[in-house]
Amino acid sequence: MEEKQSIFKVFVNGIFRENPVFVLVLGMCPTLAVTTSAINGLGMGLAASFVLICSNLIVSLVRRFIPDKVRIPAFIVVIATFVTIVQFVMKGFFPSLDKALGIFIPLIVVNCIILGRAEAFASKNDPFRAVLDGLGMGIGFTLSLVLIGSIREILGANKLFGYLFFPQEFPPLVFMILPPGGFLTMGLLLMFFNWISHRRAITEAKKQIAAKE
Amino acid sequence: MIAKLFIIVIASIFVNNFVFSRFLGICPYLGVSKQWSSAMGMGLAVIFVMTMASFITWIIFNFILLPFEKIGAVDVLQTIAFILTIAALVQVVEMIMKKTAPALYKALGIYLPLITTNCAVLGVTLLNIKESYNLIETVVHGFSAGVGFTLALLLMAGIRERLEYAKLPKAVQGFAIAFIIASLMSLSFLGFSGLISE
Amino acid sequence: MENQKLIVSTSPHFRSKESIRSIMYWVIIALLPSAVAGIYYYGFPAFKVIMLSVISAVFTEFLIQKLRKVKVTVSDGSAALTGLLLAMTIPPNLPFYVPIVGSVFAIAIGKQVFGGLGYNPFNPALIGRAFLLAAWPVPLTTGWLAPSSSTGVSGINQGELVNTLQQTNNEVLIDALSSATPLNLLKQTFTGIQTGEITREFGDRILEMLYSGGVLKNLITGNIGGSIGETCAILLIAGGLFLLVKKIITWHIPVSYILTVGVFAWILGGPKGEFFTGNPIFHIFAGGLMLGAFYMATDYVTSPMTGKGKIIFGIGAGIIVVLIRKWGGYPEGVCYSILLMNTATPLIDRFTKPKVFGFKKPEKAEEKK
Repeated sequence: MEEKQSIFKVFVNGIFRENPVFVLVLGMCPTLAVTTSAINGLGMGLAASFVLICSNLIVSLVRRFIPDKVRIPAFIVVIATFVTIVQFVMKGFFPSLDKALGIFIPLIVVNCIILGRAEAFASKNDPFRAVLDGLGMGIGFTLSLVLIGSIREILGANKLFGYLFFPQEFPPLVFMILPPGGFLTMGLLLMFFNWISHRRAITEAKKQIAAKE
Repeated sequence: MIAKLFIIVIASIFVNNFVFSRFLGICPYLGVSKQWSSAMGMGLAVIFVMTMASFITWIIFNFILLPFEKIGAVDVLQTIAFILTIAALVQVVEMIMKKTAPALYKALGIYLPLITTNCAVLGVTLLNIKESYNLIETVVHGFSAGVGFTLALLLMAGIRERLEYAKLPKAVQGFAIAFIIASLMSLSFLGFSGLISE
Repeated sequence: MENQKLIVSTSPHFRSKESIRSIMYWVIIALLPSAVAGIYYYGFPAFKVIMLSVISAVFTEFLIQKLRKVKVTVSDGSAALTGLLLAMTIPPNLPFYVPIVGSVFAIAIGKQVFGGLGYNPFNPALIGRAFLLAAWPVPLTTGWLAPSSSTGVSGINQGELVNTLQQTNNEVLIDALSSATPLNLLKQTFTGIQTGEITREFGDRILEMLYSGGVLKNLITGNIGGSIGETCAILLIAGGLFLLVKKIITWHIPVSYILTVGVFAWILGGPKGEFFTGNPIFHIFAGGLMLGAFYMATDYVTSPMTGKGKIIFGIGAGIIVVLIRKWGGYPEGVCYSILLMNTATPLIDRFTKPKVFGFKKPEKAEEKK
């Protein structure tokens, strides 16, 4: 077994190094579908994070009692249970958000990030680490969704969290809040992050060469 | 009746295409569209499972959950019941296919486990209920949504196979270019918007 | 046999650098008369849109190639052609930023992202136009200008128009009659008949005016409202024939595309439930079909390679045009029809190409993995 990561590393892992949206490219359906505004992104991010943290905790707690063969269906039941709780909370307390997110709330069940973390992390680690991992991944997911939602809302509706962003005269590009705008925002952000990591790799290499000389 | 079915078919293949307009099934759409052959296999498997899942979940919803709506069966159990049904269905299909049609299993087998977590499948079953379709409409919707998904997948595979020879800029290689192609395809599919309004 | 001859003569062209340049310039030359006609009819605003669009297209290409540190190829004329084509597909009366943003998007996202000319799956100019229509739908669907004082935007004689306007109180239709393009007026009329907002008789009167010889003459000479370069059918056809004679394009796509639009418009182009009552001539000359069929659908990079494939492309695009004009959310479908067939081009090639190619590719891809 590989060396256990430090607690801090477990936590920040999901925010940067293994950001579920921009690095692992998982959970794309809600990421693109609900991010027509920053608030929708935030709502979806928090809802999914809640499910992720809770399912990570439970999966980690029962990890020794579940036979390997029925492991995946068992995870799905755990996840679906928490999704149902989220559905109730949304309907009861945030009806307008519930309407905006629509079927993507029940679809949290099949969000690959959650099942992925249950399988890859929570089922192999103690509850404390599992929760921490869920928290980090959840924050990473939520931040990514808010970022995409903000870009699309600012350019597509000239608003941010419902408030006017640029001066009134700015003509919003309706394109950005249509489906192709979602795909494009994601594509350009990935391109930007690729470019940054590429640049960083080049400077690292240059430094090493310089150090050797 | 025929007219309504026709509208469902056109709407779910072109106007509200699952990938380009509803954002369902994006993960397999990006993951399995690098080659024509795998796109075809995945597409056929999805069409099959979507049709079956639509049929079975409709029966479960209307004959098992709905009678107990008063005690909260619909609210509490719908999500869990649907996802378990899909997971079980995929398992059963896999087993039957392995025994009775080994050739087909060889072609589609590796895509079947991936389908359980394909949100397009759970999505179509939830949409059937939301739109309150009857049984026939449900099955037609499931089938044609699968066809729409497959169409998107095949078109994407065609373009990506061709791009293998392109000198793509470093920064867009990998997923970035796939998203940009998807954006332009979905922009083209906007042409179908409004096609079904009657 | 004839088909094959044509393929052999065209496909080597886009391999060699020097020919790209000459092809692009020949296409620009073929387009210039229609562009000048657009400026003649719509005046300075049209000139402004064309200049802004061409300059920003060329500048964007230059900038991106500089930033990527690759060879700058703006002198091959392809960016200028994209800018010109984009300008010709949008209305003349637009805020200054619209053609600029459209050109930047067309070049950057439609072409350079894929590594430049030759690899773009979609026609860049049409990507730019579809983007603008999605981004700013209002200016893009209302920025028309009347070409002259004698006819309105719809190409109908002013005297007749005033006469007809006095007979209705329906505001949508008054608007459409006075400021919509012929295709839009057709659509509004059918919608009006269907919803019962106007009587069938009144609707028939408008159709009669639209299908009249006077309007047809205006459609052919370009004396109507529309996108800058799409209205003057006669000059567009002349330019297209010029490209055909120079063997820069082949007949397959324009002929199959235009014929299909004619046939399907005849079958489906009438009021709801009445088949074989459409007017094919009107549908062929109204809107951007000539511009699309000769100059955009024939783009080497984004259309099928074989003659058979090209004919499939043309028929598919033609059907989509009529479907969108008849039932879609937009009055015109040429732009989307070509883009949609662009997405299908790799598949069409797959099924129409000689076998050697079709079988080698998947194997090669698997080896790589």
